[in-house]
Amino acid sequence: MTTGIENQSSGVRVVLDPTSERRPAKRERVPRPTTLDGLTVGLLDISKARGDVFLDRLEEKILGAGAHVKRFRKPTFTKPAPVDLRQEIATQCDAVVEALAD
Amino acid sequence: MTPIAPPLPAGFVAFVKRDCPTCELVAPALAQLRGEVDLTVYTQDDVTFPEGLEPVDDTSLEVSWHCEIEVVPTLVRVGNDGVEQARVVGWHRPEWEELTGVVGIGGELPESRPGCGSLSVDPDIAPDLLVRFSGAKLRSRRVEIASFEDEMEALFDRGWTDGLPVIPPTERRVHAMLEGTTRSSDEIVAVAPPDLVECTVEKVAINAVMAGCRPEYLPVVIAAVEALCTDEFNIHGVLATTMPAGPVVIVNGPIRRAIGMNSDINVFGQGNRANLSIGRAVQLVIRNVGGGRPGAVDRATFGNPGKLSFCFPEDEEGSPWQPLSVDRGAVAGQNTVTVFAGEGPRNIVDQLSRDPESLAKSFAVNLRTLHHPKAVMAFDCLLAVSPEHARVFREASWSKEQLVERLHELLLIPGEELVRGAGGILEGLPEGVAGKMIPKFRPDGLLIVHCGGGAGLFSAMIGGWAAGAIGSQPVTREIQS
Repeated sequence: MTTGIENQSSGVRVVLDPTSERRPAKRERVPRPTTLDGLTVGLLDISKARGDVFLDRLEEKILGAGAHVKRFRKPTFTKPAPVDLRQEIATQCDAVVEALAD
Repeated sequence: MTPIAPPLPAGFVAFVKRDCPTCELVAPALAQLRGEVDLTVYTQDDVTFPEGLEPVDDTSLEVSWHCEIEVVPTLVRVGNDGVEQARVVGWHRPEWEELTGVVGIGGELPESRPGCGSLSVDPDIAPDLLVRFSGAKLRSRRVEIASFEDEMEALFDRGWTDGLPVIPPTERRVHAMLEGTTRSSDEIVAVAPPDLVECTVEKVAINAVMAGCRPEYLPVVIAAVEALCTDEFNIHGVLATTMPAGPVVIVNGPIRRAIGMNSDINVFGQGNRANLSIGRAVQLVIRNVGGGRPGAVDRATFGNPGKLSFCFPEDEEGSPWQPLSVDRGAVAGQNTVTVFAGEGPRNIVDQLSRDPESLAKSFAVNLRTLHHPKAVMAFDCLLAVSPEHARVFREASWSKEQLVERLHELLLIPGEELVRGAGGILEGLPEGVAGKMIPKFRPDGLLIVHCGGGAGLFSAMIGGWAAGAIGSQPVTREIQS
């Protein structure tokens, strides 16, 4: 009887990888803006309670810094943002702030 | 995957081994046949046996395996196209005569003798033959474990375990596991969250090996993975929540008995391999294939011990009611899994109620407290009714629908009790609900299952997570062979 892992002639034992074998794709971050002046900042409400309170205050601050604001909202906080919404934010905004609140 | 069998020589082909008294016995009969028909003999263990018949060396067992020889001697009639037409196993003179058309074979032999097991189905050898000849190509990356590494520690080190040791998923074991399903190893079972990667039957099989499953459990694991990876169940959310929920897997249909699951004493506890390893395999798939790990996407504040494994079958035979699967649209007798995003079970003790109204009220006051006595319409509940409690409803001829309806009535709560500050507790709903009657559960938020040991006037409630389309909905899937 073997102990379970095949003993091959090289003495190396082999098992099969149980994972997705996916290395996370390394993606370059877009350059960080040095100023918000004139940029469009997306504010994403994930639909958690009182996220809007936090984002309202943030909007005041960002408008004060000379940026434009666009507001977005996820249908539910329990699921990832739909692809269309992510696409909309990516094409319309230069930066995004996602609010988590409770 | 269809293995490619080597062609057989036309005429007659016999498979034998020396280590078989019946093969020794029929050697003269084979020699006699050789004089009258085209006969090729394949020998499994000794290339000199049977003497004088120029046996073909099949000590690799390749031809025996491909021809699915289970017994030696086996005599096969082969057409000119190399395809088998008929076979007989063991020694039985009339059958040999009928197959060959030769009369009076082995005249001095007894009328019949059973054969012996073919080496190609020897339990010590067969798994290796499967790896070598099945043609099933396993595509997963081979990971070498160095000779100085302890194999159990090596699997921990790679982050593949749930905190307990796992069985090393060798090629041989994974091939054997795949025998438990008719599905092809490269078939996609689901796109597994949170990483949204395509999860193949092979990856499920690898994780099922690690969890300790037997091959016959694999179809249940596959169905449960399919059910989890639906938008309705929303395993991504179940992982990401700070709440303690994890997948609870309920099995219905004849497969429960066929694979030896336990719906009786200690149904939610330890001790049954099928219950525990199926639930564990599902969790390992989510961890290893989906990438859902505690501290990463899994943000549970407490979690619960059931996140190692929480899988059980319903006691259908002892139930006064139709099974959960039928409540959820399956046909009676169909094998199904139902997945429910649940926390750990909490016991409901009522040892005195002997009429259904009293027992329903007992259930209701306990159910009211689920997650918080002021939490309404937010969480579903799986209610497990034990045989002794079920008897009370059976004797009063209460249907399951009747019980559910009564529980919904009893769990209509005055808004005044639910508002913030009521009872001196800040937790609660906005003032607006005052003056209204608010149901504890949404209309289809109560699931009832029958299980547990025969003694004990208890039931159990398993609280859910964010109910409905915004969170997680129970999902039922048929188990395919």
